Amino acid sequence: MATHTEGQYFVPTPSLYPFIISLGLLSMASGFILSLAHERHKDLGYLQGPGEWMMIVGAVAVIAMIFRWMGKVISESEGGMYKKWEDKSFRWGMIVFICSEVAFFAAFFGALFYMRVISVPEIAAFDPDYTMYKDFLGTWPSTGPGGLVLGTEYTPPANFSPMAAWGIPAINTLILLSSGVTVTWAHWGLLKNNRKQLVIGLFLTVLLGIIFLALQAYEYHHAYTELGLTLNAGAYGSTFFMLTGFHGFHVTLGTIMLIVILLRSIKGHFTPQHHFGFEGVAWYWHFVDVVWLGLFIFVYWL
Amino acid sequence: MSYSATASHDEHHDHPTGMMRWLTTTNHKDIGTMYLTFSLIMFLVGGFMILCVRAELFQPGLQLVQPELFNQLIGVHALVMIFTALMPAATGFANWMLPLQIGAPDMALPRLNNWGFWLLPPAAILLTLPFTLAMFGIGDGAIATGWTFYTPLSVQGGLGVDFAIFSVHLLGISSVMGSINIIVTIFNMRAPGMTMMKLPMFAWGWLITAFLLIATIPVLAGAVTMLLTDRHFGTHFFDAAGGGDPILFQHLFWFFGHPEVYILLLPVWGFMPQILQTFSRKPMYGYKAQVYSLWAIGALSVVVWAHHFFTVGMPVPALLYFMYSTMAISVPLAVLFFCWIATIWRGSMSFETPMLFAVGWIILFGIGGLTGLVLADVAADAQYHHTYFVVAHFHYTLFAGGIMGIMAGVYYWLPKMTGHMYNEKLGKLHFWLTAIAFNLTFIPQFFLGLAGMPRRIPDYALQFTEFNQISTIAAFVLGLSQLLFVYNIISCARGGKKATDKVWEGAEGLEWTLPSPPPYHSFTEQPVVK
Ligand code: HEM
Ligand SMILES: [Cu+2]
Repeated sequence: MATHTEGQYFVPTPSLYPFIISLGLLSMASGFILSLAHERHKDLGYLQGPGEWMMIVGAVAVIAMIFRWMGKVISESEGGMYKKWEDKSFRWGMIVFICSEVAFFAAFFGALFYMRVISVPEIAAFDPDYTMYKDFLGTWPSTGPGGLVLGTEYTPPANFSPMAAWGIPAINTLILLSSGVTVTWAHWGLLKNNRKQLVIGLFLTVLLGIIFLALQAYEYHHAYTELGLTLNAGAYGSTFFMLTGFHGFHVTLGTIMLIVILLRSIKGHFTPQHHFGFEGVAWYWHFVDVVWLGLFIFVYWL
Repeated sequence: MSYSATASHDEHHDHPTGMMRWLTTTNHKDIGTMYLTFSLIMFLVGGFMILCVRAELFQPGLQLVQPELFNQLIGVHALVMIFTALMPAATGFANWMLPLQIGAPDMALPRLNNWGFWLLPPAAILLTLPFTLAMFGIGDGAIATGWTFYTPLSVQGGLGVDFAIFSVHLLGISSVMGSINIIVTIFNMRAPGMTMMKLPMFAWGWLITAFLLIATIPVLAGAVTMLLTDRHFGTHFFDAAGGGDPILFQHLFWFFGHPEVYILLLPVWGFMPQILQTFSRKPMYGYKAQVYSLWAIGALSVVVWAHHFFTVGMPVPALLYFMYSTMAISVPLAVLFFCWIATIWRGSMSFETPMLFAVGWIILFGIGGLTGLVLADVAADAQYHHTYFVVAHFHYTLFAGGIMGIMAGVYYWLPKMTGHMYNEKLGKLHFWLTAIAFNLTFIPQFFLGLAGMPRRIPDYALQFTEFNQISTIAAFVLGLSQLLFVYNIISCARGGKKATDKVWEGAEGLEWTLPSPPPYHSFTEQPVVK
């Protein structure tokens, strides 16, 4: 707050990284659009190749710049540029950022609740004499379109089955919860200046994150090949993959961030007093953890 | 307590110059200038688009633009004005003025600040590129759904919709980064002694704006992401065949969309009382009441969204709830209005250009708010919905309440930012032309709407001709008078009478204690607030 007596606030020197990241994102977005343009515009098939190249070039630029940018932050941090005052800015910044992520997930959860509670039962309750959704089942999980709707013949997957909660998802819950414990244990190690505990704790956390992702990948494979549970499988399939996929993407980011923190710890970065980098990532990891609990309850279990 | 507050104090001598200065800058004033310049350019772009529309509407029948292009121009006009003109203008002021007003050396996260700005030009390119691509035979032009992206039209549309989706993503990232920066700056960079209840009102306005952005922009991002997967990856979020619902999109969109109107206005509500107090030479009335009202409006704004689609078919209890909650917002808003009026009440007022805009703003924005109350009435809205009445209503809020408010801010702070006085005569002329042409443009639209003219249609019935002609002619006058504004800004940046530090006789606040223009690093020594 307004009581910082240790002197000057650090204003970083000019930097080109943000600008290049923005250009990279522009290239990725336009490339993606052009590569899919043939879906609506039959004559634009020739744009698919160039579009894919634009995506690759953009992604490389973005990733390279993020690496350079973070590298710069790390060197500034190790160079002693960040003191209490700056540290506080980073903490507030991370908290606000995580709040925005909560709102992002809330949109997808909102869609799930809306469909389950409102639209699926409503469509099933239409008067059969007047609806084109005659074969629609109002049960959850809904299998998605069936029968003749507005001139299109839909065939629901024959062997459709939802994802059972008490198999892999329950194991994944345990894994993520334990990873929350290991990262906290690592934090205790850091506070006691027990570097070994810090590194082992982080290593275990990373390991658990990777196992989680591997199981999730296996689950997706299983869903697509054996359960008939795909992105196209109606309301259930849409929300299932959107929510778990978006979460899985966050776990991936979190794991990468944890790996960076692990490598920094091995190199001897962070002190018991000064380790926002560690804490920011730990907060993020806990957030991903809590979101998973919501997923486990509302997507898999209930 | 006196200490130096910027580490890189002496380093700006080896800062890059020319274009590289702007691409790489981490300085809050440079970034603020870029935001404001970008906003002005996009204001002209969006204005040009809508003048094409007004030209088409000069007569019934189809003359100049085909219906497809007409729809595209309307939607992109709105997206350009909201996301790349009004919002960046407010962020530009935040960048320029917040550190000065709270006695900070710079914004809290300067590199992030740079990124927040440089996401905007790519987003603007994505928004407008489809027009150009269509000229070369690629695709069928920009998004043609209006700015609301309603499904199922937006699921069926061509590549213009995809461009708009990704544009919204970039704009969203930019807003979130900007908000993080502003929240952190207000929490962590205040001068010693400046408690929250001593914050300048502008900082309060922006703080709540930033909270709203953090809460709602990601929901919009989620909604357009689902739209994207519905379009290309076979999901059924908005498709009833699979158990989804097009109306789900409307809920998600307006959960963002209604708070968005306050996002556009709260920054203005923040600095407007400061302008009013300056030119009334009298302290701001009801500081606490204003702060609490801002909070109340911010909180209420996220629970009223469905008033934008009363007519879509909702259970009666839902209609009643959304009607009453919407109307409840007018209570804290009325408190604000009374505070603004009480601030100038019996003051020794003088009417320099910023004050002209400020007083005009109270009246015109008042009309916007009152017509909103009419729309919030479920029974009345059944008739007014999707007519020109709505168009007139939200232009009184967005053009008068938003853009004209921003103009007041520009004239108020331009001498501080450039170190020169603008041309007062031209400024006054600009105000009168704008205010008169604005009313002549939009008052007829209220009546057109009441008489039943639907919005977003390029043709209309014969009996609407005269009012549309008045509206079109006035719109062109309105558009052309903005060139005076541009000219005045450019000549003020280039030279003119030197501005004093305080600029205005009645000005209060830390920004007026610094020289005009302020030094490159604002408060290298943080002032102490008593
Ligand atoms: C007391 C204050 C207000 C009330 C009660 C109110 C109410 C409403 C209602 C009920 C509608 C929907 C009308 C319809 O489509 O049938 C509407 C539309 C709109 N309002 Fe307001 N409003 C208020 C203030 C504002 C402000 C301050 C802004 C902007 C800064 C704003 C911007 C808009 C916009 C952009 C639309 C059009 C949305 C569309 O594309 O359909 N309103 N307003
Ligand atoms: Cu609204």
